[in-house]
Amino acid sequence: MLFEGLGFGLSAGEAVALTGPNGSGKTSLLRAIAGLVRPAAGRVRFAGPAGDLEPETARSSGLHLVGHLDGLKTSRTAWEELSFQARWTGGSDASARQALETMQIARLADLEVRMLSAGQRRRLALARLVASPRPLWLLDEPLAPLDSTQRARFGELMSAHLKTGGLVLAAVHDPLPIPARAVELQP
Amino acid sequence: MSAWVLLRRELALAWGRGGGPLLACAFYAGMTTLLPLASGPSPARLAVVAAGSAWAALALSSLLPLERLFERDFEDGALDLLVLGALPLELVCAVKCFAQWLATGAPLAILAPVVSSALGAPLSLAPLTFVCALIGGLGFAFTGGLGASLALGSRRGGLLVAVIVLPLFAPPVIFGGGAVAALAGGLGWTSGLMFLAAYSLAAVALAPFAMAAACRNALS
Repeated sequence: MLFEGLGFGLSAGEAVALTGPNGSGKTSLLRAIAGLVRPAAGRVRFAGPAGDLEPETARSSGLHLVGHLDGLKTSRTAWEELSFQARWTGGSDASARQALETMQIARLADLEVRMLSAGQRRRLALARLVASPRPLWLLDEPLAPLDSTQRARFGELMSAHLKTGGLVLAAVHDPLPIPARAVELQP
Repeated sequence: MSAWVLLRRELALAWGRGGGPLLACAFYAGMTTLLPLASGPSPARLAVVAAGSAWAALALSSLLPLERLFERDFEDGALDLLVLGALPLELVCAVKCFAQWLATGAPLAILAPVVSSALGAPLSLAPLTFVCALIGGLGFAFTGGLGASLALGSRRGGLLVAVIVLPLFAPPVIFGGGAVAALAGGLGWTSGLMFLAAYSLAAVALAPFAMAAACRNALS
């Protein structure tokens, strides 16, 4: 048992920072919301403008999960990977190209993923958030490998996303660079 | 649309740097070269077992690329992304196996009549050998994908895949080998081919559900 009696809501335009010591279940909670892990008890509700959404639909078209495994194939180029991830989640090649610019990794596009540094890989993984618009961002330690400039830039991206009615739920140890409500998991 | 995007990625991954299909073909050719070395090069003796051995070797060669079919995506987290796409996981698994068939099954099927003829099988068997290898390959890809998904996350995954999958390969080997042997013996070969097609189609229809369940289980 990781945690029990946890309940919180997230409304449009709101960011929540999920904190707690290592092993307290932050990643598991994110994966449970994404439907990858089935909780022993309890449920996740997704509310849309017209009442509750079917969880499957909400998950397959409404959320992004960026975890510490970035899902990038080291033998493919940054562009091939981003283009696939963007189109797979509902974006297009044009929006993927735009995202490369936004994340400032356009000059890395033709490099194989294995040549990228940890921070560059993370920016490539985060680029799909921009490349295909989905309202809920589930982020697992998104800032860890980023330098301070990139953290600030990603903060701006999150603020812009919140302004358009997006939702951000991030598991973090360091504070998020944007105002966020804290939810703490106790082991 | 999503299925097409995924299919292109899977084919690119299969043919990408690893060169999996070429390796499988090289393995196939190598194994059938070993056979005459082991059982003696007398053409008369080889011709009897040529078609059957070519079939068995084909089944084994189809095993090779299976280990990486799901394991790679599982290890690097891409499977999470595949689950969260617009395509149901069952279809994702089906597309992956279909790509496996196109990338590896088809080249092996083209090689099958060559290998079997090289071992001394009469040329008249070549067309049926190709058709059987192509249809059987579809069954190998889907039942193989089932094994690959069940072995997800276990250490020694590759060996485990082989152990799970080999019994499932028995029916297509029997039907396909039987059809070719029947043609060689001047008997009716259509029933063998029909059974082979039925097995492969059943695998295509049923395996994706099992694969999706196995993937969900491995992720949770």
